Amino acid sequence: MTARGGKHRALASVMALVVSVGLTGVALAQSPAKEDPWPGLVVDVFDGKAMMESSDIIALTAPTRAEDAAIVPMTISLSPPDGRTVKKVTLVIDENPAPVAAIFELGENAEIAEISTRVRVNAYTNVHAVAELDDGSLHMTAAFVKASGGCSAPATKDADEALANLGKMKFRQLGQKQDQPANMTPLREAQLLMRHPNNSGLQMDQLTRLYIPPRFIQDLKIMQGDEMILRVEGGISISEDPNFRFTFRPGDAKTFRVEAVDTDNAKFTAEWPVEETGS
Amino acid sequence: MRATFVPATLLWLVVAYSVAWAQLAVEEVADGIYVHAGRHELMSRDNRGDIANVGFVVGREAIAVVDTGGSVAVGRGLLAAVRSVTDLPVRYVINTHMHPDHVFGNAAFIAEEPHVVGHAKLPRALAARGTHYLAANRDLLGEELIAEVEIIVPDTLVEGTRTIDLGGRVLQLKAWPTAHTDNDLTIFDEKTATLFAGDLVFLGHVPVIDGSLLGWQKVMAELSAIPAVRVVPGHGPATAPWPQAIVAQQVYLERLTGDIRDIIHRGGTISEAAEQAGRSERDQWELFDEFNARSATAAFSELEWE
Repeated sequence: MTARGGKHRALASVMALVVSVGLTGVALAQSPAKEDPWPGLVVDVFDGKAMMESSDIIALTAPTRAEDAAIVPMTISLSPPDGRTVKKVTLVIDENPAPVAAIFELGENAEIAEISTRVRVNAYTNVHAVAELDDGSLHMTAAFVKASGGCSAPATKDADEALANLGKMKFRQLGQKQDQPANMTPLREAQLLMRHPNNSGLQMDQLTRLYIPPRFIQDLKIMQGDEMILRVEGGISISEDPNFRFTFRPGDAKTFRVEAVDTDNAKFTAEWPVEETGS
Repeated sequence: MRATFVPATLLWLVVAYSVAWAQLAVEEVADGIYVHAGRHELMSRDNRGDIANVGFVVGREAIAVVDTGGSVAVGRGLLAAVRSVTDLPVRYVINTHMHPDHVFGNAAFIAEEPHVVGHAKLPRALAARGTHYLAANRDLLGEELIAEVEIIVPDTLVEGTRTIDLGGRVLQLKAWPTAHTDNDLTIFDEKTATLFAGDLVFLGHVPVIDGSLLGWQKVMAELSAIPAVRVVPGHGPATAPWPQAIVAQQVYLERLTGDIRDIIHRGGTISEAAEQAGRSERDQWELFDEFNARSATAAFSELEWE
């Protein structure tokens, strides 16, 4: 993984922490919650920048108690003030070995209002979602989730099928959002599904006593024509079979395209024609 | 102080002895086939992981044990039940699939030096999950019970079908494609036409999906055609008439499939599926609230690819 700057360096250093933590991964997951990791994360991930707790601008929906710690649905809802747009959203699962679950970069004209994904939750934890607006200001919201073991939970239910389907993608065009003002191109909703084990590197092979190496989707771009709609810088906290559902303002181009790269440097691409929706 | 110390020690010994040697109560469901029905509860220190059906088959020369319970204590209890019936050696310990409530008791049989038998994919499944199962169940079972558990990998693997003979008693073993898990194995006793279905069949206890919902439905069709007169389900009564015993599960899985497809079709989310799918079945099943939402979540992430 190349270290770039700022946030990416933070991601890389957090990943380095993961490697050392991972060797005692199970034990650490069991240790009682001690001090709140959030203040430290604000420094590491956001350079200690001030952030406003603003649930009008950003909201986070997460289950209080997760059914399956390896697949915990989360929804981020965005309503920037008039004249402002959201540039970036960072999802942080405070107690996870790799707390930065994803960094979402929002396309300039995409007007993304909602992003849903599924994450692994390793211990009872606060989850923070931080939106960066185009004026550089940071706005934050939080939720508490009870779940444990998600990062070391075994991966796939059918290992052979997972291997056979690695990188396969599906793009669901879910139609238009209701109650749209008549004078604008209506907001639409879509969902990208991808087959990938997104191995955390924290699952141990019981027989060899070696850790199953990490292999996860690192970078994913969803585009319409040449315009980026959404870019995801992902980590091990994204569940197996990465899944992103989002609302957006469509452009004019006739094709959706997804490009993804994983930590083995395997590249996956796919394209789909833009479907005309009914009413 | 001395006067109170001695009885306390004796009490501890009595408790330890009875905990260690508590023989499982078994029912002879057919000639030479004994089954202990586990409780319909989550794993706990109190129930010692005795939450799945386990049993054994007595041949002329040897015994086959089918699943060993959720702790070595339960496994020892099963072995004690075997010994209350016969002195014949336990030649086979057959695990129907990877789940802790079916395999954690294996270590109790080590001294018998049995062949440990399982689906060809069971070793890989245990390799991937063993550490997680031990960690996840440490809190539920408690340190004492979990400390004894060993993840024992089968030495005899079944791919397709295989028979074993206990001395005038042939058991047909069959490895199935992904259904409840990706390593489900059934055992059919020819002599009495009894089918040990493992967790391919749930009765009373809500079915749990940890493999493939669609795969399980395909497997059930073939399973129903097996000419057994009775089934030993993985969870449920010690025995039930076959093939009627599978109907309730078929209804539940079909309901789940239908509800989830409806939710997907109208653009609903995985969270909605966890809350809503299968709810009409709630009164039919025990532990519904504990497991249905999770099965619905797993099934949703499978069906959204359709």
